[in-house]
Amino acid sequence: MTTTDIRGAVLEILENIAPDEDLSELKDDVPFREQLELDSMDFLDIVMELRKRYRVQVPEDDYLELRSMASTVAYLEPLMKDT
Amino acid sequence: MMVAGPPDSHRIVITGIGLTAPNGNSPKDFRESLLAGRSGVTPYEIRYVGATLAGVCRFDELKYQKKKEVRRGTRAGSVGIYCTHEAIADSGVDWDHLDRAQVGVYVGVTEHGNVETENEIYELKGFDYDTKFWSHHHNPRTVANNPAGEISLNLGITGPHYTIGAACAAGNAGLIQGVQMLRLGEVDLALAGGVSESIHTFGIFASFKSQGALASHTDPTKASRPFDTRRNGIVVAEGGCMYVLERFADAKARGARIYGEIVGYHMNSDASDFVLPNPERQAECIERALGKAGLSPDDIDIVSTHATGTASGDSQECQALRRVFEHAPRTLFNNAKSFIGHAMGAAGALELAGNLAAFDDRVCHATINVDELDPECALPGLVTNQPREMQRARTVLNNSFGMLGINSVLIVRRI
Repeated sequence: MTTTDIRGAVLEILENIAPDEDLSELKDDVPFREQLELDSMDFLDIVMELRKRYRVQVPEDDYLELRSMASTVAYLEPLMKDT
Repeated sequence: MMVAGPPDSHRIVITGIGLTAPNGNSPKDFRESLLAGRSGVTPYEIRYVGATLAGVCRFDELKYQKKKEVRRGTRAGSVGIYCTHEAIADSGVDWDHLDRAQVGVYVGVTEHGNVETENEIYELKGFDYDTKFWSHHHNPRTVANNPAGEISLNLGITGPHYTIGAACAAGNAGLIQGVQMLRLGEVDLALAGGVSESIHTFGIFASFKSQGALASHTDPTKASRPFDTRRNGIVVAEGGCMYVLERFADAKARGARIYGEIVGYHMNSDASDFVLPNPERQAECIERALGKAGLSPDDIDIVSTHATGTASGDSQECQALRRVFEHAPRTLFNNAKSFIGHAMGAAGALELAGNLAAFDDRVCHATINVDELDPECALPGLVTNQPREMQRARTVLNNSFGMLGINSVLIVRRI
């Protein structure tokens, strides 16, 4: 997957998890929680969807890497480049 | 009929009703369907069982919930939230200025958790049963208090909330719990009733089928046919009905419209069989509810029967009713399951709601689909196929019975 593809994949997951939110204005460098109504269960949803859809396993110690779109994509790039 | 009643602080009245049924999403629409003979049973498909029939509700979940809440929660939660909002609005209570720590939520359920568990196992099959793909939402969705808890979360209610698991007696049981908590002074307003999401679990259909108790008919609207000789089982339905209950003194003080007073109730157990009903215990339950209300059988104008359309269950309930109402020639009997199927935990609450309008219009809705009345079910006052005008409509007695031998009876009197 390219960086653009990965961003698209994460966005698709977010659309599913936060269906009431307008994601068209999402700022990649701003933490998700500052832009969206996301709680800990929602973050676990992101982790679960990455696991289900792309077989990517995010260990608990790495959850902070998923704080923004930019950090998430950067974290996922090496894990999803062959997907 | 006049008896020395309890003080106003112990008299509990109904001041609001919210519901969703397969043939109506408000008390008014539901009542109109019952008087017009309109069924809510339709063709339905569910995994593994395939084509069958069900009573399906079509209310707007997004009226009171965000999409995310719907996604995160359960169907039972959505049903409960819709009904509770509608009931509160109907009651005219000043919700914005109410102390929500003094509000209790008491929701009757037949079962809860089957839907989500089945869904998760179905999903997990796609991952070769590797449990690391099992959802973290499973526990909050399947805890037994879920439907009541979702109501408290959605409405910011900080008083007690829980479900009352009482098989198909649950709708009445939810109301009874509300009455008791108001009388104990535990809460000042009770949101009570029952909900059902049962059409979304294949297990309930498959189990009734294995038991030989799942209804079938070429015309879905004819499938639920209590008291008819050709009845062949239960039509499973979803639905919900929540009531606002208050002490009479409080309702009177705020000038609330009062649907009726819950003047009597009783619950008991057959202690005789897992699934087969026990007419003796049912009759005893009715008699004790009458006793608590200080009423005689002849004081009851409408009996809302529990009958589900099974061969033995209907005739056994009629045995119980014959015993109690033998000398009550004016009492009429009807049945709402013939219209919507069996809404399980919501059934008792919905069926009561379908009858309360009789206090105003003095019409007893019918039990439909009685083409050939089973002689064993031929109660003299059974209102078949067409509604009947009444001379007097002051009391409704509501029967709801369930598996494991749980019986509940509730009596409401017009004020």
